Amino acid sequence: MSYVPQNRNSYLDAAHGLASWLLTKDHKRIAMLYLISITIFFALGGLFAAAIRLELITPRGDLWGPDLYNKLFTLHGVVMIFFFLVPSIPATLGNFLMPIMLGTKDLAFPRINLLSWYLYVIGALITLGAIVAGGVDTGWTFYTPYSSVSSRTAVSTAAIGIFVTGFSSILTGLNFIVTTHRMRAPGLTWFRLPLFVWANYATSLVMILGTPVIAITVLLVFAERAFGLGFFDPARGGDPVLFQHLFWFYSHPAVYIMILPGMGVISELVAGMARKPVFGYSFVAFSSLAIAVLGFLVWGHHMFVSSQSLYAGLVFSIITMLVAIPSAVKTFNWTATLYKGSISWQSPTYWVIGFMGLFAIGGLTGLFLGTAGLNVHLTDSYFVVAHFHYIMVGGAIMAYMGGLHYWWPKMTGRIFNDSLSKASAILVFVGFNLTFFPQFLLGYMGMPRRYHSYPDEWQALNVLSSAGASILALGYALPAFYLTYSLFKGKLAPANPWGVKGLEWTIPSPPPTFNFEDDRQVVVDEPAYNYKPAREVHVG
Amino acid sequence: MANVTESIGARQALAPEGAASAAGAHTLHGTAAGHGHHNPNLQHHFYSMEQQLEASTLGMWVFLVTEILFFGGMFLVYLVYRMLYPEAWVLGSNHLDVAMGAINTVVLLCSSLTMVLAVRAAQVGSRQGQVINLVLTIVFGLTFLVVKYFEYAEKFEHHLVPGPNFDMTLPQAAQQQLFFSIYFMMTGIHAIHMIIGIGLMLVILWMAWRGRFSPDYYGPLEVSGLYWHFVDVVWIFLFPLLYLLGAHYGAH
Repeated sequence: MSYVPQNRNSYLDAAHGLASWLLTKDHKRIAMLYLISITIFFALGGLFAAAIRLELITPRGDLWGPDLYNKLFTLHGVVMIFFFLVPSIPATLGNFLMPIMLGTKDLAFPRINLLSWYLYVIGALITLGAIVAGGVDTGWTFYTPYSSVSSRTAVSTAAIGIFVTGFSSILTGLNFIVTTHRMRAPGLTWFRLPLFVWANYATSLVMILGTPVIAITVLLVFAERAFGLGFFDPARGGDPVLFQHLFWFYSHPAVYIMILPGMGVISELVAGMARKPVFGYSFVAFSSLAIAVLGFLVWGHHMFVSSQSLYAGLVFSIITMLVAIPSAVKTFNWTATLYKGSISWQSPTYWVIGFMGLFAIGGLTGLFLGTAGLNVHLTDSYFVVAHFHYIMVGGAIMAYMGGLHYWWPKMTGRIFNDSLSKASAILVFVGFNLTFFPQFLLGYMGMPRRYHSYPDEWQALNVLSSAGASILALGYALPAFYLTYSLFKGKLAPANPWGVKGLEWTIPSPPPTFNFEDDRQVVVDEPAYNYKPAREVHVG
Repeated sequence: MANVTESIGARQALAPEGAASAAGAHTLHGTAAGHGHHNPNLQHHFYSMEQQLEASTLGMWVFLVTEILFFGGMFLVYLVYRMLYPEAWVLGSNHLDVAMGAINTVVLLCSSLTMVLAVRAAQVGSRQGQVINLVLTIVFGLTFLVVKYFEYAEKFEHHLVPGPNFDMTLPQAAQQQLFFSIYFMMTGIHAIHMIIGIGLMLVILWMAWRGRFSPDYYGPLEVSGLYWHFVDVVWIFLFPLLYLLGAHYGAH
């Protein structure tokens, strides 16, 4: 067993003590701070989900009362979306890898990067305060006038928490955009960039263009509650549907904030695990931008039954269909990349394949919901719940887990147990389908979302869903153990444990503080994923 | 993990130079452009002053894009209700003091001029020019806020502030109250931006006083100036939309 001595200059060993972490300007340490914080919120959001699934085992709604149930699904949504999914890949893997993939020592604004983490933490603490102060019961969508006039829960506090966290997202996006434009290493042209960078760049565009709109929207709701300004209150001449337009102008693109970085991760993993360049590189790159742009033009498909005109609904329906094109381009190109690749059946491959299956189902059911006529039947049903969980959990989190495993040896300098990772990927895939596929059926039969009780004949499918959720929870809990174990007892990782291409694999694991040796400028003279047939690895 | 890949990885780690060039990247000692002289203001992760300035300017422009969308949400709310209640909007804008609004417009335009002159002074290396123009910019900013204070105070006196004290005897009172909700929201958030801008200018003034800026290094001054101009431009939109459009055709 050939052990490589741990790199003495690694960013982890550069300084010790709490202050060296809390005051760090190193993008890699900030990524680790984010990783710890979002993991806590993932667990918290998971607890709320578990409470929801427990309630739904019986049709009577006898475990939690209706008011508590309203709070549980609201907090599940708020925590998972704003405090886990939106920052997940960009703030952890993106923060860690973007400067390395761009061949630079750090992001353009290291202090602003640290500030973004503090804003995240402050926003998260304010929202936790809202939870302690009795929770929020409006649903994560905060629809007016219920949220602005009627609800007696801590809506204002939660709104401020989301407002503050929004700035963390904006600052991360700003940093990525400037770094990609201005800090690329000499020779690293746009079309030599790894597709992970393209995906994060497209995500950043959505972050900076969408997030300010949700910021002003929640601020208007806050002002309505705090100062009695009647922006969305029909009793005072306001228009509650205007809130929905403003809200979905951010919150639909936010779906792409969650899934686009995941698509970037999958592009890296597919190329690495198949030892082949990504098929149709420029199509995959531009499809990220196309998704980012189209994402801003489809918000009305959340409002087919919200008094929107038929013609507006028609236009939004058609544009929604167009989103399927760049998404399909990606899916087909990943498949074509795997075709005749020398696929290495290590654990990242399992996460990738899981992603592709779940994302395909999530994407295709999106077409059902985007069809204005069918939507009238399916709207606000469990079909919608199942659809967006297939995208966000089956897609985004599967990709996040895959990426976390793929780059774990780079980030921590330790090798984890590959067999347990495979087991975890399989558990998640099976548990996920058991949880959410029955919800398509329930939704199609008419079970509405956000109810804590339901007719007896739907119990079997609901029990199946809750049983699946416990398998899913096991699949997510397992990595927490073996990844933590690897931190202390794992074998030391070599620079390139998977034997793949990419700038991040040319530097030691874990990387030194300034990524590449100090006072040296990286120069890149070839495209990404330049796997030459002569250098292919022959397994076995 | 398969033994094959592990040993390959190990070989690369033991020979980082070889691994790097095999992966298509190599490193150069020292650097290329612009690294000849080490300006103390050059942060470690940039390789030239030009790159540093370009990055900070682009960063501020991107931030201003987010600000445009932030205010854009309020402009949308304004537009929707203006279309719904055109008469109430005319009535509402007739309660605003056009003279005070016009004075504030002139004050802000002057402040933008002195802001540009401060950046220019840094580019030609005049510390005195920077200090004088920054002080003037701050004075203009404060003047704007003082005028705004008197405007707000007048609205309180005339019961035009939305809430329980709003004068409900006015024609179309509910809709006019909505107009004033938007008026206070837009001008209030603009005023908060002015206060942040003045705070920023105080820091920049302190740096200029200490002689931190030179023709080689004036990035913080330039990007703060961009922010200041943006806040100015927002007012250039707010003034006609709130004070001028449709005013003095109805109520008085």
